[in-house]
Amino acid sequence: MTELRRRGAAADPDSTDNLSDKEADGDDRLGLVGDAEGECEGDTKANTPDVPPSADNTPEYLNKALEGLSSRWRNWWIRGILSLTMISGFFLIIYLGPVMLIIVVMSVQIKCFQEIITIGYRVYHSYELPWFRTLSWYFLICVNYFFYGETVADYFGALVQREEPLQFLVRYHRFISFALYLAGFCMFVLSLVKKHYRLQFYMFAWTHVTLLIVVTQSHLVIQNLFEGMIWFIVPISIVICNDIMAYLFGFFFGRTPLIKLSPKKTWEGFIGGFFSTVVFSFIFAYLLSQYQYFVCPVEYNSETNRFAVECQPPDLFIQQEYTLPAVVENTIGQKTVHLYPFQIHSVALSSFASLIGPFGGFFASGFKRAFKIKDFADTIPGHGGIMDRFDCQYLMATFTHVYIASFIRGPNPSKVLQQLLVLQPEQQLSIFNTLRSHLRERGILPPAVLEAQ
Amino acid sequence: MGQTDGSETEGRADRDGASDTEGKQDVPEVPVPADDTPEVLNKALSGLSSRWKNWWVRGILTLAMISFFFFIIYLGPMVLMMIVLCVQIKCFHEIITIGYSVYHSYHLPWFRTLSWYFLLCVNYFFYGETVTDYFFTLVQREEPLRILSKYHRFISFALYLTGFCMFVLSLVKKHYRLQFYMFGWTHVTLLIIVTQSHLIIHNLFEGMIWFIVPISCVICNDIMAYMFGFFFGRTPLIKLSPKKTWEGFIGGFFATILFGILLSYVMAGYRYFVCPVEFNNDSNSFTVYCEPSELFQLQYYVLPSVLQSATGWTTVRLYPFQIHSIALSSFASIMGPFGGFFASGFKRAFKIKDFANTIPGHGGIMDRFDCQYLMATFVNVYIASFIRGPNPSKVIQQLLALRLDQQLHIFNSLKAHLIEKGLLPAVEEAA
Repeated sequence: MTELRRRGAAADPDSTDNLSDKEADGDDRLGLVGDAEGECEGDTKANTPDVPPSADNTPEYLNKALEGLSSRWRNWWIRGILSLTMISGFFLIIYLGPVMLIIVVMSVQIKCFQEIITIGYRVYHSYELPWFRTLSWYFLICVNYFFYGETVADYFGALVQREEPLQFLVRYHRFISFALYLAGFCMFVLSLVKKHYRLQFYMFAWTHVTLLIVVTQSHLVIQNLFEGMIWFIVPISIVICNDIMAYLFGFFFGRTPLIKLSPKKTWEGFIGGFFSTVVFSFIFAYLLSQYQYFVCPVEYNSETNRFAVECQPPDLFIQQEYTLPAVVENTIGQKTVHLYPFQIHSVALSSFASLIGPFGGFFASGFKRAFKIKDFADTIPGHGGIMDRFDCQYLMATFTHVYIASFIRGPNPSKVLQQLLVLQPEQQLSIFNTLRSHLRERGILPPAVLEAQ
Repeated sequence: MGQTDGSETEGRADRDGASDTEGKQDVPEVPVPADDTPEVLNKALSGLSSRWKNWWVRGILTLAMISFFFFIIYLGPMVLMMIVLCVQIKCFHEIITIGYSVYHSYHLPWFRTLSWYFLLCVNYFFYGETVTDYFFTLVQREEPLRILSKYHRFISFALYLTGFCMFVLSLVKKHYRLQFYMFGWTHVTLLIIVTQSHLIIHNLFEGMIWFIVPISCVICNDIMAYMFGFFFGRTPLIKLSPKKTWEGFIGGFFATILFGILLSYVMAGYRYFVCPVEFNNDSNSFTVYCEPSELFQLQYYVLPSVLQSATGWTTVRLYPFQIHSIALSSFASIMGPFGGFFASGFKRAFKIKDFANTIPGHGGIMDRFDCQYLMATFVNVYIASFIRGPNPSKVIQQLLALRLDQQLHIFNSLKAHLIEKGLLPAVEEAA
């Protein structure tokens, strides 16, 4: 059995059977639907054949409503309607608030994990492996427990201090998480079966890489959210906008192919998408920066036991005057302009989304080609699986998190205080003195009066 | 590079600490090990039969490795860190080479370069975090270091992204699947090896005893389990490694606990082992000089009455660290072998006998270190949960990075806390 699994260079016809319910074979399909990124399944620049109608789970009423149109336009309409539905859904959950957002992020993560693991099962024909489904889900729970515990300990310090069992769980959090993980590890070792060693190791590695990609990055998304909902909304919107704009520019003006991996991407779409995304993010950031609901860090109010978004807007979200460089002055006729500093940052975010974000899409396309699947799953009619929609988002979320950590905020004050209170008394005292002299130097504290210490 | 296949027979794929010579059951005799036994050894042992020759080779190499271990401990923390780095690179190299062999992917464009590049990136990230945590004052002094440390995460991320983009650009039409496999293989290897070797270095900084005792416990467990298995072994432990026996497992457990207690007692008396490793700004070198913490000061423990009647003592003087060492050696004896089983399963899955042929009679570096990695992670988690709090210099560093109003707020909270604890007099100037 292990011979079948030898991965010679594209020389394993047997293992590609039954891989996906809907694909043809391998390399002829390059021109087409292996690329679900640019949202375009209508015809394009190159002489690619017409796309077959999308998957079977289009709802009945949609089918009825559109049965008059030709198949190509029908597909376009389905994708369009679903896009609008998803975007409206997005706005709805933003309105519903942070708790809802966290729940949605969690659900998306679980669904993406499930999609990728299912692909792994199909690739390796390993449905019958003992224990493996249980173990994959168990590892997912462990890693989520670890990350959510760290988040709860960081952001809900006051709540944790109140409840005794929570305090215990937080104090020994790492140890408990490690013990849970080890239990899974030992179960894996004990479940190794003589004929299936290689398969089991493959699935183990597959699970771990998936956890690394999907779970860690979804927690970065949640940490961005806590920084302020604008740090969650703007990056996601930028990626969506870039997708749509790159498709539209490609549709109308596209001529030069961008990369062999996704032959429907074009340079015109890429560059047009870049500029229009920067403009979009500039405007969108301006709109959102005015509302405290988006701009304030999400905090947990211990008294009302709910999340609150109320604060004094940070400097980043207070309009400032910027002097325009001379060349722009002449064209516009204004000397200075009022901008939110956040808009400058949004230019950086949108540049990343347009220039590097597509690499996440190429990675996913390459992955789908490598395993000869058309889409990650069939969840969304016309679009594929949840992972298809979110593949660029994950890279963006990581970038946003690193950006915030490096350029925007410092460490979390409540976390620092929490660490302080755990130290030894002598260490606390020495830190207290250091801090006091530092604050005195800065003039925040009145200078020292001689007193007995 | 250790690619012999076909050893489906149970007797060979198991290398952890047990011997290649005959075990309890009727296991066929082991063939003479690989070719790179040094000439000198070959000559010296030419008279003996092949079975004993193998035994002697393994024994001599074991003693050589243990002496080498003592030698580098003597040389100090700096050399230890370098050795850890070298071991990590060698283990990475061994596992990646196995990947190449399994997938016949030597000819993949760029992949060797990319694997080493990712290794460099992840190491840069971890070493940067370590340097920032522990060498805070040195970093603040030097301007280029300060900038590198302030934007450290961003720089590391940018470096990693470059590698990621290079990977995407290097995807070649016929080799997609192979390339993704190697990408996944590299990342899992990095996850296992590089992160855990940095946990080892963190343990080292906590005090060399936290580095030496766990490693010694694992080595002792290997040797003791083998000895007990050799003399008393009868009941097989797990199908995966048929030469392990329950007698070896249990005997090794008790022997290792005893060894751990004795070794801790010997080491806890010396500052060199017990003090956290610190970087002295003035002398620009590592120092291990401090007042030993409570963990390493002898205390009186009252024995439970059953032990009292057995030994005739009412109290006993122990270092608290010895109690912790019982926990560490228990983990080494009970869980450590699972790391070995994992590696055995891996070798069977990919039909290799050893990870490599680096050490005559023992296989590759990874063969010796497979149990150590799990142990290092456990020690790190143990220290973080039960022993130390956060690192004070790291806390100061974070404090000084906050905004001034946040600093003031924390200052007031801290002052209230200290006054409450009686560490500060209640009369203080108003802030």
